[in-house]
Amino acid sequence: MSEVIVITSGKGGVGKTTTTANLGVGIAQKGKRVALIDVDTGLRNLDLLLGLENRIMYDLIDVTQGRQPYKKALVKHKKYETLFLLPTSQVKDKSAVTPEQLIKLCDEMRPDFDYILIDCPAGIEQGFMTAIAAADSCIVVTMPEISAVRDADKIIGELGRADKENIKLVVNRIRPQMVEKGDMLDMDDINDLLSIDCIGQVPDDELVIKATNDGKPVIAMEKSMAGQAYRNIVRRLFGEKVPFMEFPKDSFFTRLKKAFGL
Amino acid sequence: MLEALMKIFGKSEKTSRQVARERLQVVLIHDRAKIAPEVMEHLREDIIRVISNYMEINRQDMEISLANDENSVALVANIPVSRVKHLR
Repeated sequence: MSEVIVITSGKGGVGKTTTTANLGVGIAQKGKRVALIDVDTGLRNLDLLLGLENRIMYDLIDVTQGRQPYKKALVKHKKYETLFLLPTSQVKDKSAVTPEQLIKLCDEMRPDFDYILIDCPAGIEQGFMTAIAAADSCIVVTMPEISAVRDADKIIGELGRADKENIKLVVNRIRPQMVEKGDMLDMDDINDLLSIDCIGQVPDDELVIKATNDGKPVIAMEKSMAGQAYRNIVRRLFGEKVPFMEFPKDSFFTRLKKAFGL
Repeated sequence: MLEALMKIFGKSEKTSRQVARERLQVVLIHDRAKIAPEVMEHLREDIIRVISNYMEINRQDMEISLANDENSVALVANIPVSRVKHLR
């Protein structure tokens, strides 16, 4: 049985593509067969985050328009042998793929994969409707910032209207020191506001930028906090009960020093 | 100095986190309250059905709407009653 999961957010720049890349690598590290489909047509980036940008021959549009079978368009990851990318086109626009075409493609791919992750474009226009069409479950990515939370709520409403029932939340780019100081919403605040189950909280981590630069998702970095958070999300996707990570907190003396500007 | 002390002991007035939380609570109520006309119509039918168990109402003149206040949303119904049934 394969599961099709769409990763969506509403607002751009909250880390949808980063989340897709990391969960893809994490699932493959567990030996499962996983395909990532980039549906952010025109703004292709998933290939870059995975370091696969030089190996693309055909794209999603070639497949949906019947010019190539999907197996020819899939790019296999060299390091993670059960990870595959179906890149999108850099030249077409978001109306180039219809919801029906994506459902048909996913149905064709299901027997070959344990998981199919769909990277959704920002916004709630046709690209969004296409990306969610085939999904069995949804991951909504947001960050602790009011416009991102509001947009996530909007997306959750749209997913409900599209009869999607299994919706999980990832709160990305949390800055624990700011939360500690009372300057940032935390996971529980966002959980309360959106009344939806959280499947992960990911701290803001400079290593994510570095990982992106290298085209090697941060989940593979043992020491990265964000990497650890993504590894936990993968375990939760597999049904394990994993407690949410505690972020290191400022000690009394650090607070004392900061208060006096030291 | 006092402010610095307050910071150390974690007591200040409202944190920006609380402000964000409260503002979001209100804005999400407003966003979610933008109900589709067909949903409003279902709600109206359901209300008529329940109230009709107790009294006769004037359906033509009834009004149901969502009223936005600065920090809350209310369902406002104005339902003229034409006759009250004898209740057992």
